[in-house]
Amino acid sequence: MLDARQERTIKQSFDWYLVATYLILIVIGLVNIYATEHPSGASLTDMFSFSLRSGKQIVWIATALGLAAIILFVFSARLWEGLSLPIYLFVVLLLIAVIFLGVEVKGSRSWFEFGPVRFQPAEISKISTALLLSSVMAKVGFQMSKWKDFMTVLAVIGGPMLIILAEKETGSALVYLGFLFVMYREGLSGWLLFIAGAAIALFITTLTMSPYASLLMLIGFITFGNTLKNGSLWKWILTWGVGIVAFAMLPWLWGMVVDEVVCGVAFGSISKWWLWVASVKPFHILLALSLIALPIVAWKAFMEKATFRLISAGVFIGGLLLIYSTEIIFNKVLQPHQRDRIEVLLGMKEDPSGVGYNVAQSMIAIGSGGFDGKGYMQGTQTAFGFVPEQSTDFIFCTVGEEWGFLGSLLVIGLYVFMILRIILDAEKSREAFTRIYGYCVAAAIFMHLFINIGMTVGLMPVIGIPLPLLSYGGSSLWAFTIMLFIFIALDHEEKKYF
Amino acid sequence: MAEDGKHVKIIIGLFVFAAILLGRIFYIQMVDGSYAEGAVRNAMVYEPINPTRGIIYDRNGTILVGNKVAYDIMVTPHEVQAFDTLALADALGLEPEFIREKMDEFNRNRSSIGFNSVVLLKGMSAEDYVRFEEVRYKFPGIKGQVRSIREYPVNAGGNLLGYVSEVDPAYIARHPEYKVGDEAGKTGIEAAREVDLRGEKGYHIYLRNAHNQIESAYKNGAEDKAAVPGKDIVTTIDATLQQYGQELMKDKAGSIVAIEPATGEILAMVSSPGIDVSQLAEIGKYYNELSTDPYKPMFNRAVQSSYPPGSVFKLVNGLIGLEEGVLTPDTKYGCDRGYSYGNGKKLGCHGHRSPINLEEAVMMSCNGYFCHVLKTILENKKYATTEEAFDKWNAYAHSFGFGEKLGSDFPSELGGNIPTSAYYNKVYGKGRWRFSTILSISIGQGEVGLTPLHIANLCATVANRGYYIIPHIIKASEGVEIDPKYYEKHYTMVSPEQFNKVVGGMWRAVNSGYGSVGTASIAAVPGLDICGKTGTAQNPRGDDNSVFICFAPKDNPKIAVAAYVENGGFGARFGAPIASLMVEKYLNGSIEGAARKDLEKRMMTTSLMHKVKKN
Repeated sequence: MLDARQERTIKQSFDWYLVATYLILIVIGLVNIYATEHPSGASLTDMFSFSLRSGKQIVWIATALGLAAIILFVFSARLWEGLSLPIYLFVVLLLIAVIFLGVEVKGSRSWFEFGPVRFQPAEISKISTALLLSSVMAKVGFQMSKWKDFMTVLAVIGGPMLIILAEKETGSALVYLGFLFVMYREGLSGWLLFIAGAAIALFITTLTMSPYASLLMLIGFITFGNTLKNGSLWKWILTWGVGIVAFAMLPWLWGMVVDEVVCGVAFGSISKWWLWVASVKPFHILLALSLIALPIVAWKAFMEKATFRLISAGVFIGGLLLIYSTEIIFNKVLQPHQRDRIEVLLGMKEDPSGVGYNVAQSMIAIGSGGFDGKGYMQGTQTAFGFVPEQSTDFIFCTVGEEWGFLGSLLVIGLYVFMILRIILDAEKSREAFTRIYGYCVAAAIFMHLFINIGMTVGLMPVIGIPLPLLSYGGSSLWAFTIMLFIFIALDHEEKKYF
Repeated sequence: MAEDGKHVKIIIGLFVFAAILLGRIFYIQMVDGSYAEGAVRNAMVYEPINPTRGIIYDRNGTILVGNKVAYDIMVTPHEVQAFDTLALADALGLEPEFIREKMDEFNRNRSSIGFNSVVLLKGMSAEDYVRFEEVRYKFPGIKGQVRSIREYPVNAGGNLLGYVSEVDPAYIARHPEYKVGDEAGKTGIEAAREVDLRGEKGYHIYLRNAHNQIESAYKNGAEDKAAVPGKDIVTTIDATLQQYGQELMKDKAGSIVAIEPATGEILAMVSSPGIDVSQLAEIGKYYNELSTDPYKPMFNRAVQSSYPPGSVFKLVNGLIGLEEGVLTPDTKYGCDRGYSYGNGKKLGCHGHRSPINLEEAVMMSCNGYFCHVLKTILENKKYATTEEAFDKWNAYAHSFGFGEKLGSDFPSELGGNIPTSAYYNKVYGKGRWRFSTILSISIGQGEVGLTPLHIANLCATVANRGYYIIPHIIKASEGVEIDPKYYEKHYTMVSPEQFNKVVGGMWRAVNSGYGSVGTASIAAVPGLDICGKTGTAQNPRGDDNSVFICFAPKDNPKIAVAAYVENGGFGARFGAPIASLMVEKYLNGSIEGAARKDLEKRMMTTSLMHKVKKN
């Protein structure tokens, strides 16, 4: 029996906005799962038929709500921090066990099967990793800059991530990169994120454009980084910005010069010596300029004790090495199917019936939705089976096709609201554990959101991970429910006492 | 608390990434239209609706070519369940072996057929289909598909009506509006008015799923387009006369063309041997058989065969002589069983009294007389040389429409041949040929070649006393216009008043009574005033061809007929009886009198095919 004070605090201190957003999203998911498979002539009440996925999803939702209630009202929120290590170890054990005891689904051995129920340990390992990570980072005296603490964090994240990679669940492993944002929030230098992002951009530019463009980009990144550190953005735009644009046009101008020279030599109007000059590539010019400037900049930085600039010079050399080794990494390190996916994604390969078929069909479905969509259950692409995995990984296609841009805006808006709400709650929290755990939840949801929707609209390679709360399937729904409601419970626990 | 302000950067990052996603979605939904098109290509199936082809009527409203329902038996291998092959064979009237073979074939091609249907049997009649329909429920996956096919209530001859068949790549190249699988009229009337007859295709739009199965009608059929049926066509053909002509020409090679002189309307056009109407509806089945037949039934002799006209051409030479002033009705020439020219050579003639005038020469068809006529034309002092005189002759012949296509609306018409001075210069050398060199053209032999349509048109021109209207086969009717040229009178270079001078001879050729010297007494029908001219044309491939043209009545003629019977001998043997029976049938509606009925029976039952050379 709750007394009056307790009743008031439940009403006031649960984040009802989060709960409401959660409920709206699972209902949107259910409604769209039904739309992907509704048999012709069926009425809305058939949604509850257990022969359909929508009917089964209702069971998952009901059990998920049960779990949520248990987390909120039965368990004490105080438990989680203390239990985080045993839970973590248990889940790691499950992750290893599934490799030997699991069933094979689509080429990866990552599911346990108990009769009609299947469940994926990788889904709950996100929760256990988040819990242990929060517990480790919340310890008094924890400092990201301390080598031992930093390595502990890497081990906590990297352990399950590597096991999951071994299970060939690349998508789930990729989600762990989201914990980088948590590390950033808790003291990791933003420059590391900047360098990681820049490296990916360089890699892609070298593959799709030219080493020249990559080198120009590298120069842009380094100078921009230095400007961010202690300079004026306007000054950067007017000097480096203008210079980079000018150099970007150089190959084009150079091409005209070379044409002139070749013509001139052919007609004998200029000497052959110019042909040698014309054989110099713009890349050589840019490289030569950079290599001449580099020691000068480095020496000046050393003399002025400008550590940041000195490190920048080192990063520049690293970037050059990356540009030169891109081909090798791409062709030797990556598996052929991974190369295929990246090539199709980057538009280097047209392959709408092979690897690109799923994405092509998914983009057709979303693209044909227009501004306000075709109307509920009026979609042709999703309902008629053109889009694969339409109720699970590609559930967003139904949203895009039947609800159009407005529906997409609403769904993405709800996720953004949910993530934002979690971050703000976390920031308000006075306990490090709650704050860090909140960021973990936000990061996990964000990574799923961006990778999943990015995949359906051709921004990301085809990586099979579900859209949180919308996709059909119990494992994912349960995992996100538990993850979210542990945070709601933690958040509530704090507010109860302050 | 860790570093302040980082959460702000993280939140900005969150919005940036959300904006990237939304921007991309906005781009593919609102800016780039190719995805919406892709969805249409994916899911919409256009199923064509074939229009029913226009009906072809004769001049009196009788249906020459109609439509009937036929059923194609379709099999959807995906839906077929085990069935009793014997029962199906019985219901379809097929051999069980045929069904087994077909089903085995479908099973072998299962993967390529997928969910589609394939044809088991084409063109089953509605009566036969009813028997199958009663037991169809026993055979899931097998059903009938309705199709409209041509029906021919009158035996009007396949060459006249023409056939409809699937277009081939060459046809599509010439007519880009057709697609593979479409049908088009290829010959005869079907081809003459293909544009009107075909109508306009419509379509149903369906939505299909990823397995190519139809899910539903798109927007409940709101965007479907109905087919526009083809226009009905009224022809100038008289169904009764056409069918009668077919019967008369049975087992003979040749052609009959009948024209209404005042209008140029073709009343009948028979080509024998021809395509039987029973083979027309499913021409594909018989095509090989027909195209390899040594008697060439697909060749329409009425418009494509260039025959020597024989003595009927004497009329042309006589008329030219009259117009040129080198011949009068009273000019008399002697004929001693032929015409002698240089070095003891002689163009022979039959025995008759001599000398004779023009009318008698036409009536008796005297060869010698018309040799004299051509001589006077070509040696006319008006012209400096024979060549110049011949050019004039050639111009006269062309003014009758000879040596060129008449311009009929009937397809595949050929022009025949009228020799030119250039041709003779090439053969004999310039100035090295004279009248006697080309003597045979005076009696319609040698290089002169006319189609039966030309010959019938000559008859109509004489019947009209000096003009013809281009023979045509389509009558103007509601919604169907015909070219105004089919109303224009084409006068020949011979003045109208000259024509009566030969018509008298034609009348006497028929109506002088048996035992007279008239060549065509056999064509006489009491009260019909038939005027005719026989012709016997040499045929290098066997017996002479029997030719006859006639019109009736003498004044205000209603019908002009040309009959050309290959290897039929004298003009009076087959040509004259057949042409006159056509006239009698058309004007009187029936054949009266024992003698005429005997003649009719003889014509219908005699076969000349043993005399006709196979190709």
